[in-house]
Amino acid sequence: MSGIVGLTAAQLAERLGAGEVSSVEATSAHLDRIAAVDGDVNAFLHVSDHALEVARSIDDRRAAGEELGPLAGVPLAIKDVLVTTDMPSTSGSRILEGYMSPYDATVVARSRAAGLVPLGKTNMDEFAMGSSTEHSAFGPTRNPWDLSRIPGGSGGGSAAAVAAFEAPLALGSDTGGSIRQPAHVTGTVGVKPTYGAVSRYGSIALASSLDQVGPVSRTVLDAGLLQDIVQGHDRFDSTSLTTQWPSMAEAAREGARGDVLDGLRVGIVRQLGGEGFQAGVRQRFTETVEMLQAAGAEVVEVDAPHFEYAVAAYYLILPAEASSNLAKFDSVRFGLRVEPAGATSEQMMSATREAGFGPEVKRRIILGTYALSSGYYAAYYGSAQKVRTLIQRDFSAAFAQVDVLVSPTAPTTAFPLGERVNDPLAMYLNDVTTIPANLAGIPGISVPIGLAPEDSLPVGLQIMAPAYRDDRLYRVGAAVEALVENALGGTLISRAPALGGAR
Amino acid sequence: MAADKLMDYDAALELFEPVLGFEVHVELGTKTKMFSHAPNVFGSEPNTNVTPVCLGLPGSLPVVNEQAVRYSISLGLALGCQIAASSRFARKNYFYPDNPKNYQISQYDEPIAFEGSVEIELPDGSLRTIPIERAHMEEDAGKLTHLGGSGGRIQGASSSLVDYNRAGVPLVEIVTHPIFGTEALAPEVGRAYVGAIRDIVLSLGISEAKMERGNLRCDANVSLRPRGQEKLGTRTETKNVNSLRSVERAVRYEIQRQAAILAEGGTITQETRHWHEDTGVTSSGRPKSDADDYRYFPEPDLLPVVPSAELVEQLRSELPEQPLARRRRLKADWGFTDLEFQDVANGGLVDVVEATIAAGSSPAAARKWWTGEISRRANADGVEVTEVIQPERVAEIAALVEAGTLTDKLARQVLEGVIAGEGTAQEVVDARGLAVVSDDGALIAAVDEALAAQPDVLAKIRDGKVQAAGAIIGSVMKAMRGQADAARVRELVLERAAAE
Amino acid sequence: MSDITPELVRHLASLSRIDLHDEEVTSLTSELGQIVESIAKVQEVATDDVVATSHPIPLQNVSRPDEVGETLTQEQALSNAPDSADGRFRVPAILGGEQ
Ligand SMILES: [Mg+2]
Ligand SMILES: [Zn+2]
Repeated sequence: MSGIVGLTAAQLAERLGAGEVSSVEATSAHLDRIAAVDGDVNAFLHVSDHALEVARSIDDRRAAGEELGPLAGVPLAIKDVLVTTDMPSTSGSRILEGYMSPYDATVVARSRAAGLVPLGKTNMDEFAMGSSTEHSAFGPTRNPWDLSRIPGGSGGGSAAAVAAFEAPLALGSDTGGSIRQPAHVTGTVGVKPTYGAVSRYGSIALASSLDQVGPVSRTVLDAGLLQDIVQGHDRFDSTSLTTQWPSMAEAAREGARGDVLDGLRVGIVRQLGGEGFQAGVRQRFTETVEMLQAAGAEVVEVDAPHFEYAVAAYYLILPAEASSNLAKFDSVRFGLRVEPAGATSEQMMSATREAGFGPEVKRRIILGTYALSSGYYAAYYGSAQKVRTLIQRDFSAAFAQVDVLVSPTAPTTAFPLGERVNDPLAMYLNDVTTIPANLAGIPGISVPIGLAPEDSLPVGLQIMAPAYRDDRLYRVGAAVEALVENALGGTLISRAPALGGAR
Repeated sequence: MAADKLMDYDAALELFEPVLGFEVHVELGTKTKMFSHAPNVFGSEPNTNVTPVCLGLPGSLPVVNEQAVRYSISLGLALGCQIAASSRFARKNYFYPDNPKNYQISQYDEPIAFEGSVEIELPDGSLRTIPIERAHMEEDAGKLTHLGGSGGRIQGASSSLVDYNRAGVPLVEIVTHPIFGTEALAPEVGRAYVGAIRDIVLSLGISEAKMERGNLRCDANVSLRPRGQEKLGTRTETKNVNSLRSVERAVRYEIQRQAAILAEGGTITQETRHWHEDTGVTSSGRPKSDADDYRYFPEPDLLPVVPSAELVEQLRSELPEQPLARRRRLKADWGFTDLEFQDVANGGLVDVVEATIAAGSSPAAARKWWTGEISRRANADGVEVTEVIQPERVAEIAALVEAGTLTDKLARQVLEGVIAGEGTAQEVVDARGLAVVSDDGALIAAVDEALAAQPDVLAKIRDGKVQAAGAIIGSVMKAMRGQADAARVRELVLERAAAE
Repeated sequence: MSDITPELVRHLASLSRIDLHDEEVTSLTSELGQIVESIAKVQEVATDDVVATSHPIPLQNVSRPDEVGETLTQEQALSNAPDSADGRFRVPAILGGEQ
């Protein structure tokens, strides 16, 4: 990809800073790209009417000599799970169609304050429930690498927007892999920070104890630049950490220089590979591990015996919390209202929720209600919370031996649209690799490592670090990115097919 | 709605033993709400004291009010409870239009305070101990207004309006263990218990505790068991009993109603019932059923509250004297009869009477002023007694009366002047020239003048008709513009009449 | 075998205020049956000696000072309301006609 939209956020920021490109130029280039390709990709649910105005004001401030942040003037796509005052926020659901939030999510407010230019809101599985974006009430997003395939989910819109060069950066949310798995299938970078590193205030809650907002980009450095802006304590989120975070962009720059791999202890989780993993995914993973070894890393296999219970625990905890979080969608204060003639309030609520929620949302609400109901709580929700403890112990034991853990980010490459949408269990198993990090609250990143030979679709490497060590992910992630780029003779994303007939 | 059959109260008590239980909700008087920085104030325009958190808007998150936690711990301590080493919030899931998130953030298995007791005093002066199971923190719901029904009732309403100003106001819910052995005094025990909670809350200064405003709300559980039976009977929970008198009436009503059903071999439905202040009856509300599955689980958006030992000890050291103990102490110190003290206590005048005595007044004078003239004025103007006059001013007036400078009648005029803002009692006396004329010379002159002017009266006095002196005393008092001690004038009249 | 029956699905749907159609009850009964069967395995390792984790990162005593902050205006509060009157949100009758 050439031209302004082909630039990484870091490159674009540099040109903006040097006055070689204006934010208005950068923003219109991306709006043009959206106009050209989003008919095919459907990454955006809403494109901002006033992005150019915002861009102009950034240009004016820069012209007036104001000291602006490192990403000022760079366009940003925002997952529709994040509420915004100037654009509707639907979380991919009919029940919130047209909803205008009276306040901005903290990450959105911080992005605006840093001078980023919101381009629009990106598509997602309804209320972030899904791994393919096919559960969006507003039609699926398509994978820019192959429009007949899924872009991953729930944040398929953000990943596809970045992969299709419609935006250099996006914000996503990751409850069980919704940032990392879309990155894997679209050849992009996605980071789930440590739980509490980034505020959840204004992120429409799916599962409160699992949700984490994070950056989506084409390079590790770009993700670090965005995380630097959105991370840090927020007094409106009680679970927000008060940690003084180091610069993730700086960590990425250090990692790209190379020597971090020398002596790095890398653990391969025995339970996150092998059977059920596509051959080409395994092959690229193995080659990457070999490159790490060649660069001086000590690679060992580690055991995480309780990971096999992770998906089960996740599909109890998530629906339970979601069933409660989604109770507020009752048509009293906001959102869709369906009021049959003569209905009571209760009947109105039931009719609204029947009409406003899609099948996956209903499935999970009913499942969660079951898991919490009296007589079942201890066996299901209670047991799942115990599995969470066991998984945390597995991670602690593993991180006693190694600095980072690695796995393929997902078992397969992008599967065809429609293949699993009616098979919830098959869809759920897709998250087997990413779920453990959410249960334990630790950070994870997905970095592209190549294409699977059998289908020429992207494969990602998931790297996980102990809680609070997000910087380590950026350091190692950038080093892996550099190795891969070196091996491929260029970035993976540069091999993505052209879209909309334009290059 | 058919009228309930009631059994005669004494007959009911012969057959059944009442067992009581109370859930009292106390709204805390914090500046802001439990989980949001919205102001916690009463009487604002609807839906103006709200934030995204109060409305349960998508993406909003709760944050605990630290003052509400401190108040809750203080209340727990005042109830003699243990304070949990670790306490946490849970979600109670149920759909209702006044419940903005359709879950209430409350506490479930780990309340902030548990296992305490409250001492209460019954009207006959006897003491009882009420066992407390727990006191937990939670948030209030919004307020519904029902349209289209009769008298604003939910029954028959065609639609309802919701104001979320109250949604999220901090509450402490105090739950008793079952209360046994109240026997015929069950209604009085209920009233005294809720009154004791109100007094404790007021003494702590953590709530205005106005029942008519809903700051303090009582749900009364009543069950009956046949004499000699071990097993508890089925209970009903009467909601919104919102005055002390209503607590007493509602308990009595439920005892009579349940007894009538049981005596005929019927069964009590486990249900919530509504108390109707106007008609003095309870009516059937919602039956308890399987559908009451609140699906409690730990609130993932909030962290455990782990009060430090230092904080708990600090709050314990700051606890005021227990209201009941204080009242018993003051009553003895002041030498009041039961009736006299009740006058003061029921009028909410204990604090001002105490302050007035501390400022030098005699207990009797302080009681007389506050329960009398000052309360009358406060009632007439619809204000608090403390807005009428300060205790120090009252003590000054009492001191002037004590010293003989003022008669009671003059003192009332001084009070008027002080209330009108004319200054201290002494300043009013000086400015209005109200002091008693204690100069005998002036009085004798006036008496002589009056006797001379009414020779027929003088004759009567001399004939031994002493009661005729009244007319002379009246003339003298009039001449002195009331500023004389009538008893002294009487002495002088008799003296001068005899002398001439 | 799982204990998910159509009656249970209907009960859960009513607790969660979703007015399911009959076909949905049928399909959910079978889907939830399969899902529950596969997730019930959490009980295998959730022994008594394992404590439950409700928050991934353990924190405690997170609170805010009792200070008033910014509020919404009534207009903002009602801006997304499907129905309102007199500055309040309007809902249809809470009790049905038969009560
Ligand atoms: Mg209760
Ligand atoms: Zn309560």
